[in-house]
Amino acid sequence: MLQRLFFLFVVRPVVLIVLGLNVRHRDRLPSSGPAIVVSNHNSHLDTLVLMTLLPWRLLPNLRPVAAKDYFFSNRLLAWFSTHIMHIIPLDRQVTTREDPLAECGASLDRNQILILFPEGSRGDPEQFGTFKSGIAHLSKRYPTVPVVPVFLHGLGKALPKGEAILVPFFCDVFVGEALRWTGNKNSFMTALEQAIIVLAEEGHRPAWE
Amino acid sequence: MPSHIKPPVLLALGGILGILIVASVIIAVLKRVHPDKNYVELTQRIQSWWVMIGIFAGAILLSPTASILFFAFVSFLALKEYLSLIPTRRADRRVLFWAYAAIPFQYFWVHEHWYGMFIIFIPVYLFLLLPMRMVTIGETKDFLRAAGTLHWGLMTMVFSLSHAAFFLVLDEEKNPVGGGAGLVLYLIFLTQFNDVAQYVWGKLTGRHKIIPKVSPNKTWEGFLGGLATTTMLAMVLAPHLTPLTFAESLGAGLLIALGGFIGDVTISALKRDIGVKDSGSLLPGHGGILDRIDSLTYTAPLLFHFVYYLHY
Repeated sequence: MLQRLFFLFVVRPVVLIVLGLNVRHRDRLPSSGPAIVVSNHNSHLDTLVLMTLLPWRLLPNLRPVAAKDYFFSNRLLAWFSTHIMHIIPLDRQVTTREDPLAECGASLDRNQILILFPEGSRGDPEQFGTFKSGIAHLSKRYPTVPVVPVFLHGLGKALPKGEAILVPFFCDVFVGEALRWTGNKNSFMTALEQAIIVLAEEGHRPAWE
Repeated sequence: MPSHIKPPVLLALGGILGILIVASVIIAVLKRVHPDKNYVELTQRIQSWWVMIGIFAGAILLSPTASILFFAFVSFLALKEYLSLIPTRRADRRVLFWAYAAIPFQYFWVHEHWYGMFIIFIPVYLFLLLPMRMVTIGETKDFLRAAGTLHWGLMTMVFSLSHAAFFLVLDEEKNPVGGGAGLVLYLIFLTQFNDVAQYVWGKLTGRHKIIPKVSPNKTWEGFLGGLATTTMLAMVLAPHLTPLTFAESLGAGLLIALGGFIGDVTISALKRDIGVKDSGSLLPGHGGILDRIDSLTYTAPLLFHFVYYLHY
C-alpha cells in the first residue's frame, strides 16, 4: 500500500511529468513474471523508470537487484529499500560460501520480475561499462525465463551519480526482444551486450561531454 | 458563467468543439468507406487535438491564473524537449537548472501584471546571469555554443510563449467584447488554423517549393493560400474577440500567417540541424511539443506587441 502511494504520488509524477519518457517498443516489456529485465545503469532514476513502465498491477512483484553495501548502509535507507522498493540485496564482495543469487532464484520461482543492472554500479554518466556475468549464472539456472534488454538514455544527465539536484530531461527508453539462455556463458554475455548496443544505436542521442 | 469569460469566447470555444466533432466524424466515415487504408496517424492526430484543446479550454474557462499556469507548463515541456534534443555540456547541468527556474519567475511577472520585469527578465537578466554561472563553473570548451543555444532556447520557449499568457492580464475594459481570454483564443486559434490551412492548400495546389533546403514540403501555393484564408478569418473574428479595428485586423491576420510560417520553418531548421524528423513523441500523430508550438513562438510575441502598441 505504501509502495503504491509512493509510486502514484512521487515516482509517477517525477518520471512522467518532470522527466517525460520516449519509449520505443514498449510491447516487448514482459506483461507477467517470471522475467528478468536488464538495462544499462547511469542513475538512481533507472530503477524508478523501469518500475513505472512495467505493468502497475505487478508493482509489488518487481524486484530490483541492488548493492547491499549501498542500499542497506543505514536503517532509513534499508527500510525504504525493503518496504518501498522491494529490493533484493546483492553482496558485491562475496566472502561466504553462500549462494549470492539464491534470493534472485527464489523470486523467479515466485513468478516475480527481476530488474538487474549488469554493469554493477552507475558508473560515469551516459557511459557504458562492462557487464558482470552474474546474469549469465542466473539465466543458466532458469533457461526458460525471458531476459529483456533495455537501453536507457538521458537519466544520467537528469540525475548522475554524486548529484542531488534533478534537472529535467526527456529520457529515451529502447526495449529489445527477449533473450534466453544460449547454452554458454560467453555467447550469452556477448548476445546480451550486443542487444543493448544495437538498442543504443537506434535513437538519436547528442553527445554529453 | 465566470466573469472573465465573455459570450463570444464561449461561442468561439463551441465553434472549436464543433470543428473537432466534424473532423472526428469525417475520419470515422473515411475508415468505414476505406477499411483497407491506414488512418492510424490521422486518428492519433485528432485524438491528440482533443486532449490538447480539452486541457486548454478547461484552463481558459477555469480562471486567468489557470490559463497562465497552462502556458507556463507548455513552456516547461518545450524547454525540456529543446534541451533534450540539443547537445548540452555536462558541466552545465546546474546552469540548465537555473534556466528551468526562470519559467516560474517569468510567469509570475505575467500573473502580477508587471510588464517592465516581464519584458526584460529573460532578454536582460538571464542573458547576463547564465553565462556568468557558466564562467563560475569554469568550463571554457564550447562556451559560446552553450551560452548561445541556451539563450536561444529560453527566448523561444519561455520568453516568446509567455506573451500569449500576458494577454490574460491586460486591462479588460480596453477589450470589452472578448477580454484577455478573447485575445488568447484569437491568437491560438488563428495560429493553429493557419498551420492547417497552409498544409491543406499546399496538399491541394502546391507546386513551387518555397524553402526547399529547410522544409521541402512547403510550397508558395500553400503559404499564400494559408495567408489569404487566415487573414480573412482574422478579419471576421476580430470584432468579436479583440479591440482591433477592421484595418488593424487585416494587419493582424497577415502577421499571424507570416509569423506562423516563419516560426514553423525555424523549428524545422533546428530539427534538420540536429537530424531528427520529429522533436519528440509527446503528442501522438503530431510528434513532439515543439512540432505543435513552432508557429506560436513567432506569432505570440508578434501579435502581442501589435495589439499592445495599438490599444494598451
